[in-house]
Amino acid sequence: MSLFDWFANRRKSGATQKDRQEREIADGLWSKCPQCGVLTYTKDLRHNQMVCLECGHHLRIFGDERVRQLIDQGTWRSLDDHIRPTDPLNFRDRKSYGDRLRETHDKTGLTDAVLTGLGQLEGLPVALGVMDFRFMGGSMGSVVGEKLTRLIERATRERLPVIIVCASGGARMQEGMLSLMQMAKISAALERHREARLLYIPVLTHPTTGGVTASFAMLGDIIVAEPKATIGFAGRRVVEQTLREKLPDDFQTSEYLLEHGFVDTIVPRPQLKKTLAQLISLHQPYHHTPAFHVPDTLPIKTMTPEMTPE
Amino acid sequence: MLNTDRKPLLLDFEKPLADLENRIAQVRELAEENEVDVSDQIRDLEARATQLRQEIFQNLTPAQRLQVARHPRRPSTLDYIQAMTDEWIELHGDRMTGTDDKALVGGIARLEGRPVVMLGHQKGRDTKDNVARNFGMASPGGYRKAMRLMDHANRFGMPILTFIDTPGAYAGLEAERLGQGEAIAFNLREMFRLEVPIICTVIGEGGSGGALGIGVGDRLMMFEHSVYTVASPEACAAILWKDASKAPQAAEALKITAQDLKNLGILDQILPEPIGGAHADPLQTTEILKTALLENLEELTKLTHAQRRELRYQKFRRIGMYTEVPA
Repeated sequence: MSLFDWFANRRKSGATQKDRQEREIADGLWSKCPQCGVLTYTKDLRHNQMVCLECGHHLRIFGDERVRQLIDQGTWRSLDDHIRPTDPLNFRDRKSYGDRLRETHDKTGLTDAVLTGLGQLEGLPVALGVMDFRFMGGSMGSVVGEKLTRLIERATRERLPVIIVCASGGARMQEGMLSLMQMAKISAALERHREARLLYIPVLTHPTTGGVTASFAMLGDIIVAEPKATIGFAGRRVVEQTLREKLPDDFQTSEYLLEHGFVDTIVPRPQLKKTLAQLISLHQPYHHTPAFHVPDTLPIKTMTPEMTPE
Repeated sequence: MLNTDRKPLLLDFEKPLADLENRIAQVRELAEENEVDVSDQIRDLEARATQLRQEIFQNLTPAQRLQVARHPRRPSTLDYIQAMTDEWIELHGDRMTGTDDKALVGGIARLEGRPVVMLGHQKGRDTKDNVARNFGMASPGGYRKAMRLMDHANRFGMPILTFIDTPGAYAGLEAERLGQGEAIAFNLREMFRLEVPIICTVIGEGGSGGALGIGVGDRLMMFEHSVYTVASPEACAAILWKDASKAPQAAEALKITAQDLKNLGILDQILPEPIGGAHADPLQTTEILKTALLENLEELTKLTHAQRRELRYQKFRRIGMYTEVPA
């Protein structure tokens, strides 16, 4: 074997090894951290809630995975799965909205950008909404608005805390003003939930921007964020264009918002469930799980310690 | 205010009309020079001009309406307030941020004998004023000032009248640092809590969240040529078409006109404008607005606090279009 052949062989075997590696990433056996590039066994990564073991980067996760992480096994009951988007404006940009909806559904299996349901979080009953960035950038249209509103209304009736995991680019332009008005609709439902003295905790994940930031993401009694998420109202590029100057590197990150007083706490994903459970139980001083049921009609002032069932 | 003797600023689609008016002037001049009677001819031409104006303004495309809505001479919040109230005291500051936002103004007024709180976005009347007013793009301080004034109204039982006219909430470093999103979100929720009547009117441009931040009420009214958008057609074209020059198509597709929003169940009432737009006859436009506000106030005042809050909740609760498939 000549030296030349040896090199040729080496290149070839190297290539097959690379092929195999890519195949395994594609199979999902291994995952590559988009931040530090380190390959991790997917099983280990999943065990660590999809947070890179090497650099702590929070990989993007989606609706079902988030529910699995937060809700006790076997307690999840999803709500309003039967609500589907339509194309009310007959909207067409370079592609029709109807086609976009169909394609996104085929690709992701999702019907729209939010999952809602009831379940238990460390044994505590909660109403949970999880936005899914895969479905048109987690944008908020009529379906997101309706499902979240129904979830909050139900939580108000059943006296449950609400948690909404936000991940959204903002309002869904393809539904025009109907989308914008969902901001008000959800905020209205939150006002009633608040008036009933119930707890609402939004969890801000990467990215939370636009109309979602300007409504339910910022209306929490307590606002929790994942590390290094982008959170803001106007897009970074828009702000840069307005000012014609470079922005600070940490602009519109969870850390920036914490520093400026718009987020209560930044919680790494592996601690999220515990922290949420702790926050909720701190607001239920008189009893442990399962929460006893207070009928809607009971005026709040009668909820005194004497009422606590033994 | 409401200065009408200045030379009108022409929009491109008004050009045929301007040509016709120039011709009338020419004929008149010629006739005077040659001392011939052309009054019949002039009457004909003027009738044609009126008809043409009517035709043009009845068939405006959404993109053209956007131009009318953004017309530099279009009456602004302070123009309307000063023209329709008997008394007016502007109040300043949100008591929080350390500034007074000039892009969102408000105060207490007396409208037909009745104290009310009025507030709205304020665009500038010229370039210098526009810079001071930040082109009507409010900052968090503006939304917080608005909320402070609305809370004040609620405490003293004064109805709230808001006037919407903004390209959008300000997108700047300072605005983000001070929590633009939080400021708007807070107003959205708290406006549902208020017990006094709230009437919101889009007098010009309703730009997205920046408009909605003072746009939650018992009634939403819009002038005929006003627009209300989820995102500016320019931004929408840049994002969805990847081409900002497609803004007219985006304006069409986004359904931003008063009639569109009425059809979608978002808008309660369309206020007609004089032919040629609000800026063609600001005083008449003011009368139209004032009459509509008083009529709606009368209806809303008859309701109890609880009824109004329920009505407001249901009004927004209904908005949205989706289907429910059988399980």
